[in-house]
Amino acid sequence: MLSNSLQLKRDKWLVVPLLVFFALFVAAPLALMAGISLFSDTAMTQMGGAQYAKFLFDGFNRAILFETLTLAASAVVISILIGYPVAYLYTLLPRRWQTVLLFAILLPLLTSSVVRTFSWVVILGREGLINQLLLSWGWTAVPLKLLYTQGAVMLAVSQIEMPMMILPLIAALSGIDPQLNAASTALGAGKWRTFLKVTLPLSIPGLLAGSILVFAASASALVTQTLVGGGRMIFMPFYIYQQAIQSQNYPFAATVAVILLVSVLSIVALINFLGRRSAGFVHG
Amino acid sequence: MVNHTRKRIDRLSFHWMLGVAASLGVLMLVLPTVIVMVTSFTSGYSLKFPPPGYSTRWYEALFFDSPEIIDAFFLSLHLALVATAISTLLATAAALALARNRAVWARLMDSVFMSPLMLPSLALGLGILMLFNLMGQGLSFSTLVAGHVAICTPYVLRTASASYAQLDPVMLDCSHSLGASGWFTFKRIELPALLPGIATGAFIAFMSSLDNVALSLFLSDARSEVLPIRLWHIIEDSLDVRAAAASGALILATLLLLLIMERLAGISRYMK
Repeated sequence: MLSNSLQLKRDKWLVVPLLVFFALFVAAPLALMAGISLFSDTAMTQMGGAQYAKFLFDGFNRAILFETLTLAASAVVISILIGYPVAYLYTLLPRRWQTVLLFAILLPLLTSSVVRTFSWVVILGREGLINQLLLSWGWTAVPLKLLYTQGAVMLAVSQIEMPMMILPLIAALSGIDPQLNAASTALGAGKWRTFLKVTLPLSIPGLLAGSILVFAASASALVTQTLVGGGRMIFMPFYIYQQAIQSQNYPFAATVAVILLVSVLSIVALINFLGRRSAGFVHG
Repeated sequence: MVNHTRKRIDRLSFHWMLGVAASLGVLMLVLPTVIVMVTSFTSGYSLKFPPPGYSTRWYEALFFDSPEIIDAFFLSLHLALVATAISTLLATAAALALARNRAVWARLMDSVFMSPLMLPSLALGLGILMLFNLMGQGLSFSTLVAGHVAICTPYVLRTASASYAQLDPVMLDCSHSLGASGWFTFKRIELPALLPGIATGAFIAFMSSLDNVALSLFLSDARSEVLPIRLWHIIEDSLDVRAAAASGALILATLLLLLIMERLAGISRYMK
């Protein structure tokens, strides 16, 4: 035991290189960005909260923020609805098939998000799979405009971030003692009741972990938002880029970035808080 | 009898719902990848699905006739290798310090180091760009590396910490009490136990660096364009079928790497 604590003391210093790196390239840049957002003019001579007022009192800007957060929230809901059954199926499969399914989840996760977005461009395009099917079934006479719509962005973002919902869910569901299910059945509960009263509550930590990851990733999914959403739908990440690079308005770009950052982190903190409460509920 | 029927309906409806919903989910996961693969072998000039015919012409156009895509690929590869190497060193050292430490400062630091997973990386990119501007430092390959290291470290830190937490502390005590030095213990006990975890983290870090658009958008100089940004522009501007061939090649390379890493390090253990 003594050597263990000695070792902790010795190893403590190994954190310093990463700490220095983070101070220089994560903390300092974010602090600087927050500072620059407090300049009222593009030339950065006057301090004040004018950029924040400009953002918050303009309906156009508020709508961009709202659309971005709505997109992220709906991606969370869709990825739960589609991902939960997949994670549940995983726990029922024999070992060999579990490995196959896990690969089917990991491959899209590790494939470049530009590639995954591109596949949605192919599926939803004028000559894409959906339009070809609709045309051949005679449900439509002309190809429908599916790309560059709200629904397309939601679907594509949810599908692209779905593996990050499924993996924590698999972890949570695999951790549930199978005897609890047996006990529930022995006490006369059917499949549905057992699922709703035993499995679902015990998988809440996994659901929340997945929700955090999917929410944060969907809110900043620049490539998918711009390629599937097209030029007329603007979300916060592209707005930051546009204001910084195209308009060279650094204080306003910094303001947009700070607002996105704070919104995402506060929602993540809220989900974390709910998670701590639900953990008490599960074990208590 | 009624009770028996009700139980049957309950069981059948549950399994039926699960079967339908899970098949839909698996289809959603797999189908887009399959469609891109099929489209990349089209013989036509558009992204029509199903393709009018099959050929490898777009792969030939990609490999022999698209120096700008190939250059972008090698830049991305170089960047991902350097960023992964640096972040693996930094994160492994930090994992040794943090993984077993229950102190408040250690838990706090762990969440700080994990935060790039939650931060919109566009915001981080903008911040780093402003910092370099302020220091009068022009953009270069090193500015790109700095940004990419920040988003790569969380993956290595997570997997290295997970495998360190599984290492029995008695092993370390034995090594110490038998007179081994700290470095010897690290080399012979800790490193072998951590290696699969580190390799898994490094692999995910490498793939996420290859994939990153948001940071590279702000941090690369005018002359250098990384692969995902190159592909993004191609898809946005022209819907060139070479983008499908490049996507197909990336999918195959990812699958191959995934299988190799599973063989070498058993990465699927760390994914759940």
